Amino acid sequence: MNVLIFTLVVFAGSLFAGFLGSLTGLGGGVVIVPLLTVALGVDIRYAIGASLVSVIATSSGAAAAYLKEGFTNMRVGIFLEVATTSGAILGASVATRLPGPAIEVVFGVVLLVSVYLTLSLRKLPAVGGEGLARRLRLNGSYPTPNGDVSYTPRRVPLGFGIMAGAGALSGLLGIGSGAVKVLALDQAMRLPFKVSTTTSNFMIGVTAAASAGIYLRRGFITPGLAMPVMLGVLAGSLIGARLLISARARLLRLVFAVAIFALGVEMIVAGLHL
Amino acid sequence: MGTVLRYGVVLAAVLVAAGGVAYLFERWDHATHYSVFAGSPESLTTPAAILRGALALDPASLIALGLVVLVLTPVARVVFALLAFVEQRDRLYVIFSLIVLSVLFIGLTGHSL
Repeated sequence: MNVLIFTLVVFAGSLFAGFLGSLTGLGGGVVIVPLLTVALGVDIRYAIGASLVSVIATSSGAAAAYLKEGFTNMRVGIFLEVATTSGAILGASVATRLPGPAIEVVFGVVLLVSVYLTLSLRKLPAVGGEGLARRLRLNGSYPTPNGDVSYTPRRVPLGFGIMAGAGALSGLLGIGSGAVKVLALDQAMRLPFKVSTTTSNFMIGVTAAASAGIYLRRGFITPGLAMPVMLGVLAGSLIGARLLISARARLLRLVFAVAIFALGVEMIVAGLHL
Repeated sequence: MGTVLRYGVVLAAVLVAAGGVAYLFERWDHATHYSVFAGSPESLTTPAAILRGALALDPASLIALGLVVLVLTPVARVVFALLAFVEQRDRLYVIFSLIVLSVLFIGLTGHSL
């Protein structure tokens, strides 16, 4: 395949990945990496380098497009970024030492777990566990048509721990790990939906930036590949964000989950040379 | 803050797209070689070298410069958060912001553990 055709194919795939990723809230990385490795035979290190760049583009692009910072809880974001950025540096350091096939197997397993997490939303009760949140002043409020609604996050230590894990996965696999961040913010800390999605978006970009320098230094980010991936995912996610209709998204999420599951199995098979 | 973020993303996309067009123009009929990991060349792995290449209008360096600008946009958001906390005299969150910026700095300079 010559450079022109390869670039066009990757751009089209990235457009699709960004579109699906933003419709389902899982992010483009979980689609683009398997697409590049399994379908196009790209080495996983180049694939996660390009994906990491697209993760930042999606995060900053969405934030610049909406400007609904009224929903983002900056204290929660900054506090949890202490965990996610540290985890990201750890994850990226591991990625630079692992052989390609091993990263591929871990990626496949994470895809399978993400599907499980998306399909089994079991929220912890919204009572108790707000002591630390009060001391850290993590409580906030957000605007609704009927006036401001205030909230207090729960289970801060659990959320912090899950976020460190999310950061490590992000650094190791070049993804936003949106599914794990939702687990921490929605299910453990019980933040309101709009607050958790915008705050998670803020954290995804910052977390990815922490490992980007390491990826760049190790040569994971190659311009010829990152170019169509970044532009495609950015355009796709902006289109997807405009079409977000919650009822349809549920069906789409299910279809998407099945596809991700299949890609996860493919990656494990490829990584293990079965 | 939103404006800076928007300009950052637009600037990054423009640099990547411009570099991309030049890149395709120059080597559209070359073969791709992404199936074997060799790492990017030295000239594309540090911001200083990338800037030098971009000033010489090297297509791959222009794309890489756009990517560096892109990576700096979330960092700018943390800097803005820090300034907001300083303004509110919120000492605890000034400290948290500084910790996050320090970790970002370690990562951005390419130091792995």
